[in-house]
Amino acid sequence: MLTTDICEVEFRNPLMLAAGIMGSNASSMNWILKSGAAGVVSKSFSLNPHPGYVNPTTVAVDGGIINAIGLSNPGVWNFKEELAKINRRGNVVIASIYGATPDEFAALVGEVQGLVDMIELNISCPHAMDGYGASIGQSCDLSHTIVSAAKDASDVPIIAKLTPNVTDICEIAVTCEDAGADALSLINTLGPGMKINIDVAKPVLSNRFGGMSGKAIKPIAVSNVYSVFEAVDIPLIGVGGIYSFEDVVEFIFAGARAVQIGTAIMDEGVEVFSKINQDLEKFMIEKGYDSIDEMVGIAHD
Amino acid sequence: MIREPKIVEIKEIVDETPTIRTFRFDWDFKTLGKPSPGEFVMVWNFNNEKPMSISQINDNELAITVKNIGEFTSQLHELNTGDKIGVRGSYGTGFDVSFKGKKIIAVGGGVGMAPINAVSSHLASDNNVTVISAAQTKDELLFADSLDKLGVDVHPCTDDGSFGFKGFATDCLRDLLETSSYDYAFVCGPEIMMKGIFEILEDAGIPAQYSLERYMKCALGVCGQCCVDSEGWRICVEGPVFENDKINQITEFAQYRRNASGVKY
Repeated sequence: MLTTDICEVEFRNPLMLAAGIMGSNASSMNWILKSGAAGVVSKSFSLNPHPGYVNPTTVAVDGGIINAIGLSNPGVWNFKEELAKINRRGNVVIASIYGATPDEFAALVGEVQGLVDMIELNISCPHAMDGYGASIGQSCDLSHTIVSAAKDASDVPIIAKLTPNVTDICEIAVTCEDAGADALSLINTLGPGMKINIDVAKPVLSNRFGGMSGKAIKPIAVSNVYSVFEAVDIPLIGVGGIYSFEDVVEFIFAGARAVQIGTAIMDEGVEVFSKINQDLEKFMIEKGYDSIDEMVGIAHD
Repeated sequence: MIREPKIVEIKEIVDETPTIRTFRFDWDFKTLGKPSPGEFVMVWNFNNEKPMSISQINDNELAITVKNIGEFTSQLHELNTGDKIGVRGSYGTGFDVSFKGKKIIAVGGGVGMAPINAVSSHLASDNNVTVISAAQTKDELLFADSLDKLGVDVHPCTDDGSFGFKGFATDCLRDLLETSSYDYAFVCGPEIMMKGIFEILEDAGIPAQYSLERYMKCALGVCGQCCVDSEGWRICVEGPVFENDKINQITEFAQYRRNASGVKY
């Protein structure tokens, strides 16, 4: 009943782990899969190891958290070791990759595509270094170049993860579709945002600015999914502030075929996946829905 | 528990050893939460932020005990009474302190005595508590005198034999087990020491809890930095304290850890 598919990749249920959350090693991703997620998106990684920003890298605020972890990762050579240890049986494994140039993205695709079911392009991190993350996803030209390069290099479906921090997300979405993206994830963190400690008159994060995630960003994510659903034909993955089955249903009705969950783990624990799956199934039975597929996009006229 | 830093003033600084200082600050239990022994706080000195064990839990007052081992800790050691730091927490799963009328043994190596001090002080009034305080040399022994005053049976232990038992904490524990038995144990220190203690306690059939540390970023259970192989548990949520049956499942215990990039070493 809960099964769904994206680009012919089958998911046991519509829930997966969002990039950047508990996705640094195979052990934690396997734990998430055992906890009920149908898929995991790894933490974003690059060709070379990167330590990220100095702490504080995360601060909680009303409605969620602001983070500027800074894309820390052990580099593709070390990360391949982790990817290889993820249990793929019945699960969907998605690698999130980042770089600054088409060649970097293409090289990363080539390195990991044999180990994963899909690849998500991080062209949307709002606290990345210059030339990375959102500096790509905020430009149609750069998005087109990067998505094309990744798609050309790939035998597995390519997902572009979009930033909401643009004038018109539909324009970027259409560009990514034209460039060959097989699916879109939206949205990455909002902002950047900032938390200032008023006793010491300083931003708390060492990077000062960070991406906002959690409950507060959900309405924006839902609206972006809704708008992009009307602009493109490729499947959408909804992400942003999902805590409950009600949230998941909203995203599906807006047009998502699956969703990703991240910040909710802070409050609800890894049990959030099985809890939502149970509640979602109950909701579908009560309302008479037989499949996720028939629920996708029904909030549109 | 609070998730953004609370700015506190350092009330008192105690020079515990030539390399270790204790910093005391007020912590309103009603509004900020009362920590349990074994939990930790994130300490922000406005340059960086790192996890620190809570070493003392008094009435609306906490202390951290810091060994000067690197850039951040040396900056903390430069602080004076009246200076401010940011503190958030407390975080993590601490020690089980539900014991009454039991024979407890607690083993702390070096600055690993910090959480051992918190748990031993807490349990001393209702239990028969023995502590092995281990250090390289006499001057580095931590909390031996203050725990003795609380009625704890303290066994100082130095690698060089300059005070107390001569040898490692493991040797001292083996020695004690020849004549005594214990219901439960608490352990914190260098992982190589904890591994040795773990093997002795497992052989003796004494259940125990061990406090681990790993590089931390968010401390909120989301970033994944402190997840350990091979169950993926988060040191900041499921840990830092683990029971002996869980320690068996932490395959990286005393083997390796990961740096800020996530590279194993």
